[in-house]
Amino acid sequence: MAAIRVAVARCGDRLTRNVFQWNQKAARCPVRTVAHFTFQPDPEPTQYGVTQKMNLFQAIQSALDNTLSRDPTAVIFGEDVAFGGVFRCTVGLRDKYGKDRVFNTPLCEQGIVGFGIGVAVAGTTSIAEIQFADYIFPAFDQIVNEAAKYRYRSGDLFNCGSLTIRAPWGCVGHGALYHSQSPEAFFAHSPGIKVVIPRSPVQAKGLLLSCIEDKNPCIFFEPKILYRAAVEQVPLDPYYLPLSQAEVVQEGTDVTLLSWGTQVHVIREVATMAQEKLGLSCEVIDLRTILPWDIETVCKSVVKTGRLLISHEAPLTGGFAAEISSTVQEECFLNLEAPIARVCGYDTPFPHIFEPFYIPDKWKCYDALRKMINY
Amino acid sequence: MATLRGLLRVRTVTGRWRGVRDRQCLLRNTIRCQSDFTSLEEKPQFPGASADYVDSLEFIQPNVISGIPIYRVMDRQGQIINPSEDPKIPKEKVLKFYHTMTLLNTMDRILYESQRQGRISFYMTNYGEEGTHVGSIAALNDTDLVFGQYREAGVLMYRGYPLDLFMAQCYGNALDPGKGRQMPVHYGCMERNFVTISSPLATQIPQAVGAAYAFKRENADRAVICYFGEGAASEGDAHAAFNFSATLECPVIFFCRNNGYAISTPTSEQYRGDGIAARGPGYGLLSIRVDGNDVFAVYNATKEARRRAVAENQPFLVEAMTYRIGHHSTSDDSSAYRSVDEVNYWDKQDHPISRLRHYMLHQGWWDDEQEKIWRKKSRKMVMEAFEEAERKQKPKLEHMFTDVYSEMPVQLKKQEQSLMKHLKLYGEHYPLDSYEK
Repeated sequence: MAAIRVAVARCGDRLTRNVFQWNQKAARCPVRTVAHFTFQPDPEPTQYGVTQKMNLFQAIQSALDNTLSRDPTAVIFGEDVAFGGVFRCTVGLRDKYGKDRVFNTPLCEQGIVGFGIGVAVAGTTSIAEIQFADYIFPAFDQIVNEAAKYRYRSGDLFNCGSLTIRAPWGCVGHGALYHSQSPEAFFAHSPGIKVVIPRSPVQAKGLLLSCIEDKNPCIFFEPKILYRAAVEQVPLDPYYLPLSQAEVVQEGTDVTLLSWGTQVHVIREVATMAQEKLGLSCEVIDLRTILPWDIETVCKSVVKTGRLLISHEAPLTGGFAAEISSTVQEECFLNLEAPIARVCGYDTPFPHIFEPFYIPDKWKCYDALRKMINY
Repeated sequence: MATLRGLLRVRTVTGRWRGVRDRQCLLRNTIRCQSDFTSLEEKPQFPGASADYVDSLEFIQPNVISGIPIYRVMDRQGQIINPSEDPKIPKEKVLKFYHTMTLLNTMDRILYESQRQGRISFYMTNYGEEGTHVGSIAALNDTDLVFGQYREAGVLMYRGYPLDLFMAQCYGNALDPGKGRQMPVHYGCMERNFVTISSPLATQIPQAVGAAYAFKRENADRAVICYFGEGAASEGDAHAAFNFSATLECPVIFFCRNNGYAISTPTSEQYRGDGIAARGPGYGLLSIRVDGNDVFAVYNATKEARRRAVAENQPFLVEAMTYRIGHHSTSDDSSAYRSVDEVNYWDKQDHPISRLRHYMLHQGWWDDEQEKIWRKKSRKMVMEAFEEAERKQKPKLEHMFTDVYSEMPVQLKKQEQSLMKHLKLYGEHYPLDSYEK
């Protein structure tokens, strides 16, 4: 507004008119920042001591802070992490722990992961940041051919188990092709790494600490849309949430809804809609770990409900829902009462202005659920 | 001539550019330092480089005709050229150099033949590059960590890796610490600080930098050496590593074996600059080019690089010029792309082993009789290990599934059980007898 005021003061009526017309037009445009999900905080965890209100980036920062304070070998590095990171996840850490432990690298993803592997091979804790999951592909070779295979190929003489790679992940409303991607399925095909995605600040801290402590190279994807949006009470002390364990966040009997990351909040809302509109009892599961995933929890739920809907932001073809779907079909064939439904992104690159139409929102999930129930 | 003139002019200008501040920077051992911001002087204030203005248009010419010189300590007849550069290595150590190089050569010949006979699936020889291995590793401490490409078996041999284990790896037998999972010549040894080789080229280079960074933080008085060929240096990972090592100030020695070929690709199709060494200064690396067939030149360069890398926490680049005498691998026939005469020149007239032998003969540390005895003995040692390795069974089948993760995921356990069940029914169609029970 200040800019417009200055313009008005300096120029004649014509410009003023134009500016105001433009302003009015803009005002008529639909506001496109409405979130496609509603974050639902979990009850405050009481078993880990004192908690504090944190959003997701603060919970990540807290996990990193805990790690640096307890593990003198731990180092954090990546592009722009020194001043606090472009998403504020490393804010204050360099001042607190020194510039040899929290430092910027040159702008080169294959270098960051290769370097991180080397730090881990030397036996020290290595936490690498890739600025956006979209830019992890230059490091694909280092992750898939090197990190994932280090222990196996050396007969366990060497390993890079103390490596964790963090990366902002998922859609953000306007990120278009290269600030929105969900590349977990590319990595799910790579034995030797773990892939973990949290849905909330409490989950993020507990799962990230487990990744850092885990004896295997882990990729930790942080839903960037939740960095500021998700706020809940998070324990200040370190605590660990188990990897390769899905969590049933809501029990139900009629259908199983499965997802991870932000999309868990979408299917939670769908469960409420289904209850209200269709009188359905949905079991909502957060998969949490993509690889190696928790087959048991998912299959147990499907055996009970007989129906499964999987939803993820990533494109349908080759998405991780395909893996889950075929496994559940194999394991629960006699219990399935309807074909397994997959509600995913379309098989296109992630678009800019079409994002509201691209994402598998609650209406798309609800409609698929409705059809599945009537099958 | 135009090129040369251009070069001279650039050099002169560079000389004039170097001001007092630069010298102070060098004294402080900084490669590049930025001036304090001041608007008073007509001086460049760009944050990206520290340089003066110039008022005539001049492109910097690459100097490829007369490149970085090749450091040499002894000539082809094994005579020390400049006594002040003689490392004066004691007899026992020189004998160890020679024994290692020749034992490696003997092992290469036998394993190469065994591949030709279909007894192992694959092999890569080290012909002509034995000097680079031995000279460099002898200049390091035993605790210094080695990252290699695949043509550095002499490094492991110098550190005392037993012949049994070389063979075990190539045969993938039950003795192989790698549990028979990788192709032959992908050696690794924890106790000897030799990181397991992998096939993807250049991936080890940024990893070596990371390990060096960790050592720096530990104050461990440990350096890292990372070997790679000139072909691998074209990979993006090489660029990543050189740059990271300089900006993060890591005690790492990049050791490039420039043997003229990457499989069939000659260096003229690999790069157009002055080899690999000339890239170092662009990254702020201290760099040198050495005669890779001169074990003492390699030793001296590596020794000094190691000393300074650890003392100053900075990376060094050593480019060892050599020639790949053998085929690229057993899957390659190099006569398809280069002449026999060319190969013969390096094999007969400029070979690291014969050069060191000349030196030892001059010193009176070696003679034809000893040569005969050692040849016989080394051949016997290799053949014994070879036969032993061939007799051994392959590792237990379960090792196909272990070590994927530190623990075995449930679904992997299930896959293992499913194979075992399958073999109960169909075992006769599989080579089960060759594997340990």
